[in-house]
Amino acid sequence: MESDPGEVLDRFRQGDLDAFEALFRLHQRAVFGWILRMVRNPAAADELTVETFWRIYRAHARFEPSRGFEGWARRIATHAALDWMRRVRKESMLTEELPAYPVAAEPGDAAIAAEIRQKTVQAFERLPAKLRIAAVLAVVEERPHKEIAEALGISVAAVKLRLFRAVRILRKDLEAQGIRP
Amino acid sequence: MNERDEEGLKELLRAALPRVEGEPEPGRDLWPEVLRKMDGRSSAAWIDLALLGGLVGMAALFPAAIPVFLYYL
Repeated sequence: MESDPGEVLDRFRQGDLDAFEALFRLHQRAVFGWILRMVRNPAAADELTVETFWRIYRAHARFEPSRGFEGWARRIATHAALDWMRRVRKESMLTEELPAYPVAAEPGDAAIAAEIRQKTVQAFERLPAKLRIAAVLAVVEERPHKEIAEALGISVAAVKLRLFRAVRILRKDLEAQGIRP
Repeated sequence: MNERDEEGLKELLRAALPRVEGEPEPGRDLWPEVLRKMDGRSSAAWIDLALLGGLVGMAALFPAAIPVFLYYL
């Protein structure tokens, strides 16, 4: 492992494989966690972490060390997740996979009927991928809007707009199924 | 839609999709897969180039075969 992070970033920018591995070892957990929060499927998060680091290596010459690695990696990971969500939109990606990752124990969880939960998840899956990512990061994961905006490469106002649209579409979808949140 | 309605929907969403806690780890070491993907893509590109070169060579040696080849595409 290198002692000087700045030197590692410079060497990575020049395409040095050892520097890339050092960065992979340092950031893979954070990248995996970020992806898992978006796609909520551990197997897909594994696959997308590999895809993200492959994209990162491919783009090494465009990397600007002064802007930091983490945010750049997060942005690439977010776009990889978006591509994946668009690709598998119609497939079940949340329903059976939910218990496979560590979750917060919500006290009100038990009170919610299984059917309502399932319909909510299904309505959520029907959202366009870019709205789904904004909603899951902002509402479920409670990440700051600024962080989401940076990861998506959009403004904070655009994040808020996506969130507003996601909530509105979800509400209409659930109401059409007889659920009034 | 008022603020309370919006909060109600968000609560429902939070209950249906529990938050990912802590800093989860990948199920396995992903570095070998990253390397394989990098190798796979570069060798695929090499094979594509070799195939293209072969086709160009064939077309130069046997130009009469081009319409037949295009027909079977």
